[in-house]
Amino acid sequence: MTNQYKEIALNGLWKQNSGVVQLLGMCPTLAVTTSAVNGLSLGLATAIVMALSNGSVSPVRQFVPSEIRVPVFILVIATLVTVIDMSLNAFAHPLHKVLGIFIPLIVVNCIVLARVESFAAKNDAVPSLLDGFMMGTGLALVLGVLGGLRELVGKGTLFSGLDLVFGPAAKQFVLTVNTDYHGFLLAVLPPGAFLGLGSLIALRNWIEIRKTAKTNAASDLSQPALIN
Amino acid sequence: MAETPIQHTLKTTVTMMVFALIGTALLAYFFEITRVPIEASEKEARLALFKQILPESAYDNALLTDVVELPPSALLGSQHTTIANIARLNHQVAGVILEAVAHDGYSGDIKLLIAIRADGSISGVRVLAHKETPGLGDYIDITHGKWIQLFNDESLSKSPPQSWQVKKDGGKFDYMVGATITPRAVVKAVLKALEFFEKNKKMLFTEVKNTTLPSVPSMPIQGEKP
Repeated sequence: MTNQYKEIALNGLWKQNSGVVQLLGMCPTLAVTTSAVNGLSLGLATAIVMALSNGSVSPVRQFVPSEIRVPVFILVIATLVTVIDMSLNAFAHPLHKVLGIFIPLIVVNCIVLARVESFAAKNDAVPSLLDGFMMGTGLALVLGVLGGLRELVGKGTLFSGLDLVFGPAAKQFVLTVNTDYHGFLLAVLPPGAFLGLGSLIALRNWIEIRKTAKTNAASDLSQPALIN
Repeated sequence: MAETPIQHTLKTTVTMMVFALIGTALLAYFFEITRVPIEASEKEARLALFKQILPESAYDNALLTDVVELPPSALLGSQHTTIANIARLNHQVAGVILEAVAHDGYSGDIKLLIAIRADGSISGVRVLAHKETPGLGDYIDITHGKWIQLFNDESLSKSPPQSWQVKKDGGKFDYMVGATITPRAVVKAVLKALEFFEKNKKMLFTEVKNTTLPSVPSMPIQGEKP
């Protein structure tokens, strides 16, 4: 049982990472990641939606005829997103202003429906909930890193706008790397999103290739007869 | 599995309806419990914005509800009815907060909030919304630069209309090289808002004595092309 959960977590965070492996949900990935805080916040909102939608679709999956499963799933996701949208607006108004139109867009983020359809519709509630959360967290991490990269290169700061999430007291955590830095505009503009995402995908692939090369080399040494 | 097509259709429809019903009920419930906080936080955000351009000491009325509705106006660049908030101190008009739109920015409309004191001088200007290039034209936004504060204490009597231009065009307003279109549009919009204020001063000042109930003025706006 614990193995299954470990597998789910590993899948969401690394093996099947929605940001750099499955490449689903590119719209928010590219559009919102102008700063680390923006990327992380939207990523976390997506993770919550994914966990809740997976968790709520799974227990009712046997009542949903296969012909109407997609409309029902979309209905569940849309309801959850609207609830989160309204709650953010009510209790974290400044953040809501920043993320603005992207919150409702979570509804049409393919990764949410993809996990509901491919995982929650076939598995029990608890693993489904975990799967949604881990997939969302994987995406949030990619969004955060990409946002941080673009912010650092583009504006020379890190975590700017943190005060919008945690109140004015958080302003002291904003890192300014170089006060003389005039910014590299390209990184903040849309091309920077593509270049940054491309670099992240390349980095992940490079790590994977090195890992497989290493394990191959290791097995070469221990069992030379089995290879070939 | 002897299910007729009709039975199957019925079952499917009922399932869909049940889910729609549950979804709607959930939404209605959350709408109810978030409505008051949302209204409160919107009000708070608006007041915080007003505070930036008009000091709290300048008025003692309920700024949010003391409003005049203005019909679409070419001088304000508005295509719909906009709201002007009237600030009063000891029942005397102390100033007006106008919403103006510049249509000639680099990309899309630039929405401005302009506070004008009763004597016609500007108390402050803020950009409410814009789509200018990040890092280039966005210095008109207070979060990216102090440029917008150039308008503080400006007025038509202090600076004649022909000086309401960026320096490149022979005016008095600074700009950043590489992004002239944006400040040009903002300067023009603020100038036009001041002209609107001068032309409609009487209407803005005499309307709505009742500070709790917003009412719609019926007086025509002066200086407008039909």
